[in-house]
Amino acid sequence: MDTIFALATVRGKAGVSIIRISGADAFTGVRCLLKTDLPQPRQSALRKLYGEDGELIDQALLLAFDKDHSFTGEQTVELHIHGSPAVQTMLLNHLSTLNGFRIADPGEFTRRALENGRLDLSRVEGLADLINAETEAQRKQAMRLFSGELAEKSVLWRTKLIRAAALMQATIDFADEEVPEDVSSEVLGLLRDVISDLDHQVKGYAASERIRSGFEVAIVGRPNVGKSTLLNALARRDAAITSHIPGTTRDIVEVQMDLNGLPVTVIDTAGLRETADEIETIGIDRAKRRASDADLRVFLIDPEDEIQEVTQHADDIVVIGKGDLRPIDGLSVSGKTGAGLNQLIDLIVKALEGRTQGAGLAVRERHRVAVEDTIAKLDSAVLLIQKGEQYTDLSAEELRSAIHSISSIIGIVDVEDILDEVFSSFCLGK
Amino acid sequence: MKQYDVVVIGGGHAGCEAAYASARLGAETLLITMKMSDLGVMSCNPAIGGLGKGHLVREIDAMDGIMGKVADAAGIQFRLLNRRKGPAVQGPRAQADRALYQAAMQKHILGSDHLDVIEGEVIDFQVDKQKVTGVMLRDGSKIAARNTVLTTGTFLRGIIHIGDVSYSGGRMGDEASTKLCERIDSFDLPKGRLKTGTPPRLDSRTINWSELEMQPGDETPTLFSFMSIKPAAKQISCGITHTNEKTHQIIRQNLDKSAMYGGHIEGIGPRYCPSIEDKIVRFADKQSHQIFLEPEGLNNHMIYPNGISTSLPVDIQEAYVRSIKGLENVSIIQPGYAIEYDYIDPRALNGQLRLKDFENLYFAGQINGTTGYEEAAAQGLVAGLNAALSAKGQGPITFMRSDSYIGVMIDDLITRGVTEPYRMFTSRAEFRLSLRADNADQRLTPLAFKLGCVSSKRRKLFDKKMDQINRCVDVLVSSYFTPKEISDHGYKINQDGARRSAFDLLSFPDMDFDFISGLIPSIDRYPSDIQQQVKKDALYANYIERQKRDIEALQRDEAIKIPPSLDYGSIEGLSAELKLKLQKTRPETIAQASKIDGMTPAALTLLLAIIRKYEKRKIA
Ligand SMILES: Cc1cc2nc3c(=O)[nH]c(=O)nc-3n(C[C@H](O)[C@H](O)[C@H](O)COP(=O)(O)OP(=O)(O)OC[C@H]3O[C@@H](n4cnc5c(N)ncnc54)[C@H](O)[C@@H]3O)c2cc1C
Repeated sequence: MDTIFALATVRGKAGVSIIRISGADAFTGVRCLLKTDLPQPRQSALRKLYGEDGELIDQALLLAFDKDHSFTGEQTVELHIHGSPAVQTMLLNHLSTLNGFRIADPGEFTRRALENGRLDLSRVEGLADLINAETEAQRKQAMRLFSGELAEKSVLWRTKLIRAAALMQATIDFADEEVPEDVSSEVLGLLRDVISDLDHQVKGYAASERIRSGFEVAIVGRPNVGKSTLLNALARRDAAITSHIPGTTRDIVEVQMDLNGLPVTVIDTAGLRETADEIETIGIDRAKRRASDADLRVFLIDPEDEIQEVTQHADDIVVIGKGDLRPIDGLSVSGKTGAGLNQLIDLIVKALEGRTQGAGLAVRERHRVAVEDTIAKLDSAVLLIQKGEQYTDLSAEELRSAIHSISSIIGIVDVEDILDEVFSSFCLGK
Repeated sequence: MKQYDVVVIGGGHAGCEAAYASARLGAETLLITMKMSDLGVMSCNPAIGGLGKGHLVREIDAMDGIMGKVADAAGIQFRLLNRRKGPAVQGPRAQADRALYQAAMQKHILGSDHLDVIEGEVIDFQVDKQKVTGVMLRDGSKIAARNTVLTTGTFLRGIIHIGDVSYSGGRMGDEASTKLCERIDSFDLPKGRLKTGTPPRLDSRTINWSELEMQPGDETPTLFSFMSIKPAAKQISCGITHTNEKTHQIIRQNLDKSAMYGGHIEGIGPRYCPSIEDKIVRFADKQSHQIFLEPEGLNNHMIYPNGISTSLPVDIQEAYVRSIKGLENVSIIQPGYAIEYDYIDPRALNGQLRLKDFENLYFAGQINGTTGYEEAAAQGLVAGLNAALSAKGQGPITFMRSDSYIGVMIDDLITRGVTEPYRMFTSRAEFRLSLRADNADQRLTPLAFKLGCVSSKRRKLFDKKMDQINRCVDVLVSSYFTPKEISDHGYKINQDGARRSAFDLLSFPDMDFDFISGLIPSIDRYPSDIQQQVKKDALYANYIERQKRDIEALQRDEAIKIPPSLDYGSIEGLSAELKLKLQKTRPETIAQASKIDGMTPAALTLLLAIIRKYEKRKIA
């Protein structure tokens, strides 16, 4: 297998850049750049790097990892070089001339870590999320995944299900021996435990998914009530704007921002009003739909005004717009002066934080599918068990495939696991 | 020198089945065993079948093998285990009369065309490079063989232990097979050591039966062979008794005298068949263990106390047995003992049970690390069929995990090896709902037709049965009923407007043919055994449909062959541990590789990529 290398830091000018090299020939390859030896594994040392013709390319800090102590599970060397585009290019070119060396494909270091058993699938996903995390909530969630919380939970669920399967298999395969005749109450207990945990994950999925891809907050209100000014004020305030997609004034404008660590997309919708203008009507319909699909709505109102064409949900926030013009009681906000802005942000964050509370460990579509699939099978197993002994073969089958589903989050289950549990629990053999 | 197509060494359950299978294919076959009376000897308890094991017997029978017929001829108590659970987990079991079993086995073997039997001990192979070309007997005579099947059971370096006494032996009363063992050593095969035990045999006349609870057989016995109609021998009951605190105390006090606990035995024993010493140590809080008192025959006073196998000294055996209710005055006819023996790591074998490194030497039975008559016989069938096919220059037969318990067992053995004596369980079969004892003939008999190892009598019977089943199913799948029609006949059903076929209706567990005949009176034309079979097929139809996807995935993996010469050492990205395991097992397919423990999806993908590369290079 090739030895791979890549720039681990962003390309371009910087104080320091790092080139990472991984593969069976990493050590010998890097030695070609040196006139002295590599530093001891996991100890840094300064080294001069030379080109083919013996010309000095750069002076760099070197770190070497043997395969048992590296991220990829292969020999790895890191070159901490000066962040000059010219140095980067020269070194990368030079490395690619070495025998068996090539530039890494995207994600290839991580894939090798997976292949070499250094990470399980859910941890790899966590790592990907961690690298993409832009807000504190995303970082936290990714870190939980990366540190193996989902993997650990899955192992726990699997252990319970294997125990349940073992109990059932024991009554089947050792029917003529001294095993308890009726294990259904313990089995049902275990299954219900797992089902309720998994239900929790499914409920939390909506929140986790939101943390991953961002919450949507819609500003709704009549035309001219100050929505756009408010959006701009919010955006300027927490300047983390990563995209700005303006449509026509009649369409939807959305801005992504980081509100106290939460990833939020604030949507400014077309003002709601009766109109004969066909295009505006389309805009308004779309605004209504987007607004009701959003996670939270901020109703910006004119106190004299009563109409509300978008349904208000329990958590939604109602504020009085153009607060600078109307010094009245109650929460009012002015995008223009910034008055009330902090309180509004607090309210939004509070409402959304409430929803992140329930965030589960299942954060990806793949996890959700595995979890829901498991629940469906466990539900039918429970039903069949309750119907009685004559359905044992079918309930055992449902349980078997449930274990298979839950295991897909991390790995594969094995019948020997079940037999081990059987043998350690019962005295068998006549 | 006489030349045979197939020579089978050992007349135990594996050997008999192998020889019988080979002869059925028309290969000139010779069975060599120590003593003529070996044929049909049951070394341990006189019972055939059970869960998983009963499935194996049915499958052997579906291939027109010998075990089912013999067990039916000798059965003195038939019980269908798990009768109250679904048909997929029901296993037929029978208590057998030892003498009748041996007699029936001898009759079938000696009456077989293309099959000779001689008495003798094989002490050496004739070897030409990596080929075994024949065998040599103790008297010096030589026999040439195209293919050889070795089925010597527990006889390789067998050591019998009773308390601290131990001596060499193949089983009680038989010599071990020492000479041959030395020759096998020279092949340098991976080997290990296992142990098993057996209880003392009791004299039925000294048991106080009147105090004991009795267990009769089933009222309508379920037999093994698809050809049998009813039991041949008289039917009897077994007694049940229990150990008690006093029994346990005696055993506990003498543990150091037990061969197992005194440190005399190094082999690994089966967890599911523990000695009474083991049970008392490992499950210390259990105050009593159940014992079945099983008669060994109709005209025989020997009782097999199922549940108390032991390697304690004889006097201790006597003392603890007499502490048990009903056995206060019992006399022991033959003491219990443990036996330790060599086995060959079955990972050295391929799917035909042939040694990977030797072109024409097959291994079957306990020598491969299994335990049990049925497991031995099923392997005998596989090795016998393949040895004969290869001798005749025909392609091999491979049993699959998706078509039989036989396939599950062979696959488990050759890919995982064994860590304790391997026994069949229904939970080992991931496709348990389709691999049922009741449909073994539907699954395998057509395969047997193709090979040509089926008698014309069975063929006619099977064809007739299938014809009736197919016609019955045709009627059922083409007759549709509305929910209203169904509920008008008195069955509660969802009034969803969907029309259902009678076959769909039968897939409801609580639906039966009595009800169907109300809807389709002509269905009564089919006899009740056909109806029962169709009901079972319908019951699982939906699940089997669901499992089809899994089976297809497995078959895809089974179809991807790994080149035997693949050098795992040179594959980078595989952990050293996996490399070692792969090198040892040398899986034949990706499906087998996937079952090696520690195998990861990523490593499998890597293997797959390498196989592709390898194939391309070969074409280029
Ligand atoms: C003490 C004991 C306890 C057991 N307990 C259990 C149990 O609790 N549960 C269970 O399921 N199974 C048990 N078994 C196992 C069961 O008996 C075996 O699994 C089964 O009989 C194996 O069949 P086989 O054909 O492989 O070998 P065997 O039945 O052992 O037959 C081997 C045959 O090979 C012949 N032979 C050996 N060497 C030579 C030679 N060199 N030349 C010619 N012939 C030779 C022998 O004479 C013998 O007939 C026990 C076995 C023993 C001995």
